Amino acid sequence: MPSDALTKEFQAIVGKENVLESEADRHSYSYDSAVLDPVVPELAVRPTTSEELGKVVRLCNQHGLPLTPRGSGTNLSGGTIPAQGGIVLLTNALNKIVEINEEDLYAVVQPGVVTATFANEVAKRGLFYPPDPGSQAVSTLGGNVAENAGGLRGLKYGVTKDYVMGVDFFDVNGELVKSGSRTVKCVTGLNLSALQVASEGTMGVFNEIILKLVPPPAANKAMMAIFDDIDKASETVASIIAHHIVPCTLELLDNATINYVEDFTKAGLPTSAQAILLIEVDGHAAQVAEEAEKVVELCKKAGAVEVKAAKDEAERNKLWEARRAALPALARAKPTTVLEDATVPRSQIPAMIRAINEIGKKYRLDIGTFGHAGDGNLHPTILCDKRDKEEFHRVEEAVDEIFDVALSLKGTLSGEHGIGLAKSKWLEKETSPATIAYAKALKAAIDPKGILNPGKIIGG
Amino acid sequence: MADLHKLAIMLQELDDQMVACMKCGMCQAVCPVFAETMNESDVTRGKIALLENLAHEMIADAQGVKEKLNKCLLCGSCAANCPSGVQIMDIFLKGRVIVNGYLGLSPVKKAIFRGMLTKPTLFNALLSFGGKFQGLFTSKVDDLLGSSCSKIMSPLIGDRHFLTLAEKPFRKIASGLDTAPGKSGLKVAFFPGCVVDKMLPHVGEAVLKVMKHHGVGVFLPKGQACCGIPTLSSGDRESFDKLVKLNVKAFRKGKYDALITPCATCTATIKEMWPKFAENYPAELKADVLAMAEKAMDVSQFLVDKVGVKTVDSPTGGTRVTYHDPCHLVKSLGVSAQPRTVLGACKDYDFVEMSEANRCCGNGGTFNLHHYEVSKKIGQRKRDNVVASKADVVATSCPACMMQLTDTLSRNGDRIAVRHAVEIYAESLD
Repeated sequence: MPSDALTKEFQAIVGKENVLESEADRHSYSYDSAVLDPVVPELAVRPTTSEELGKVVRLCNQHGLPLTPRGSGTNLSGGTIPAQGGIVLLTNALNKIVEINEEDLYAVVQPGVVTATFANEVAKRGLFYPPDPGSQAVSTLGGNVAENAGGLRGLKYGVTKDYVMGVDFFDVNGELVKSGSRTVKCVTGLNLSALQVASEGTMGVFNEIILKLVPPPAANKAMMAIFDDIDKASETVASIIAHHIVPCTLELLDNATINYVEDFTKAGLPTSAQAILLIEVDGHAAQVAEEAEKVVELCKKAGAVEVKAAKDEAERNKLWEARRAALPALARAKPTTVLEDATVPRSQIPAMIRAINEIGKKYRLDIGTFGHAGDGNLHPTILCDKRDKEEFHRVEEAVDEIFDVALSLKGTLSGEHGIGLAKSKWLEKETSPATIAYAKALKAAIDPKGILNPGKIIGG
Repeated sequence: MADLHKLAIMLQELDDQMVACMKCGMCQAVCPVFAETMNESDVTRGKIALLENLAHEMIADAQGVKEKLNKCLLCGSCAANCPSGVQIMDIFLKGRVIVNGYLGLSPVKKAIFRGMLTKPTLFNALLSFGGKFQGLFTSKVDDLLGSSCSKIMSPLIGDRHFLTLAEKPFRKIASGLDTAPGKSGLKVAFFPGCVVDKMLPHVGEAVLKVMKHHGVGVFLPKGQACCGIPTLSSGDRESFDKLVKLNVKAFRKGKYDALITPCATCTATIKEMWPKFAENYPAELKADVLAMAEKAMDVSQFLVDKVGVKTVDSPTGGTRVTYHDPCHLVKSLGVSAQPRTVLGACKDYDFVEMSEANRCCGNGGTFNLHHYEVSKKIGQRKRDNVVASKADVVATSCPACMMQLTDTLSRNGDRIAVRHAVEIYAESLD
């Protein structure tokens, strides 16, 4: 527990009602969506204005108190677990959409704006914000930027970093630092905005974010291709891209996932199929029609047993329901769901999936794999019971091995879930000692007391 | 003193259910309480984390856990939106029983539940007595809504605009009925519920009128008691069991096709909660509980699914009516089309859909008593949606929602009537 005097200092800044200090409140900010041990903070503090936010950061620095920013706590790598105690800084009251500029195609938002709320507001004005993390109904834009969140549309539209035009943030002293611009082109000075993206709150505390908007596609077409061989499915992915078609979404479900989804939804999925690809192309109507036809042809050529194209919006929704059901279907199979984020070059997807299946057999674990095949971002999902210590030990060993394989295939530790606490131990394997040293030096210069979300990404 | 062995077993059962929570936080998107407070401990994920902690070591702040656990409307929005299919209502209700077993029931609740509610004769007599003298302490506010406020300062009532006790409860208007099926060949057992009995007897009368119109026999036995939800949601398992037994005893003698209620909460409690807590009942009692649960249904559901009531074409320009979905119907039982069909069968009414019709009104039974300020804010959003629909009447299927809608509309000075769907339908049969 913090001293009464310190609690009072926070209360003086944000008001008594925004300093949560009871045992029960503190416990409810001890975790996020990662399957990791909770750490109870000393306080949870909720600023409601920029001014309060800056003062809270300054006070933490004065007292050397660790500060963990938290949006909705939906991240899957432990980024919002207060690893070294201190305070959890709640951003959810900083939830104003400051500006949506329809002429210049940008928006300015506070970090606590919920992603789906923002996307809907933008859509009402006939514009489009493409990043669509699975948690968008809950996750915040600040959290998306901090974790560099992805989503189903990554292949064509990229991830959150591709939409960040600028970030205004408080440095550790509580001084407001401005970076980026409302202009499409901006090469002024060091790219401090880029440093903030994926920093998981270790480099500053976001105050306002400038986000790029784009015009929405006029039309779309969804298809499902069924394969009796997962290699053929992967070859199809490569073939589609090689023919210069970039679908907005290109998702893969493996045999295990198909069966779990079918058990759950009874949607009539082909349970004997080794893989299905769910593909959507978008753009101008004529282009969509042409590309859809070509995709069907390429799927068949690559050996698809069957390709079903959605005839209307209802059929399109039905196809996506199967994809959306993947996680719930897997989650209901066993008590604990360990959703991982191994990402490899597209050409290595068959090798990665084969390796995941072998690892599953070796460690006697149920693993369903689905994910964004178009960008090589797979989600091997291990079904287990964390209370069974022996089993969970096997899970940890399997995860280690999955990441070893991903790195050996020239992949990466994280396609969209961040590093946080969960993956920091592997970071050096993917990068190098010099990279870690550089990052640590940067961190030490920016945050000498090490209070900004300590323990994340580079450890410490 | 709590029976620690029993508590340990209950905690283990709870642990088995809680472990399925992925902590994904999707419950935040739909929780009406979280939308107002933005506190993690007010949303399901936070409460489950607290209970996990409780299960493992009974954290230092058991009272705090109890308060957090009680700060929930039990509306079921989170359960309906949970990707992992966590049985959230079971967890919360069992959690409340466990915390209550550890900390004990408050003296006030003990007196109300064990001293009154589980003794229906005394409970009814006390409320009848109260009904006679309520005029001394209340002032009428709005005739259209039938709302009153308190003449005296009372922390329990605050600035609420409430429905008063009826001059004559429903059980004195109709009770001990056992009529034969008419042209429909169907017969129902009728469970009016406490609020209809004591505050809204005209809703009970409307049900009888509708059943008579459609030639449905009615079994309305004496000796009915509360469905038990106030006791269960307060963690008082002992009183809940007593109430279930009283009701089973009252209905055991009847033969009927369906057990109907005009109260969404009573329907959901009988249909879902009774069986879940009947596991250790004696075999005969358990069988009766399961049989009643199987037959329980909302009155509109019965009218549409069993009697065949259909929407009719009606000229436009009638009274504009909108519909608020009670959580216990739409989220727990998936009933939402039938009440709209019943309203669509009323030829002098034009049905208009409001925004967020299935969003909780904020009543939540005892939640409204303990967290009135939050309840009011949630209610205000519902009120704004009702007003925006430009309806003359807001209909619903739950007396508790009717109380909340009356309060919020009356306090805002809105001239929009609050009616039960079956009331409007009964009126249209004239």
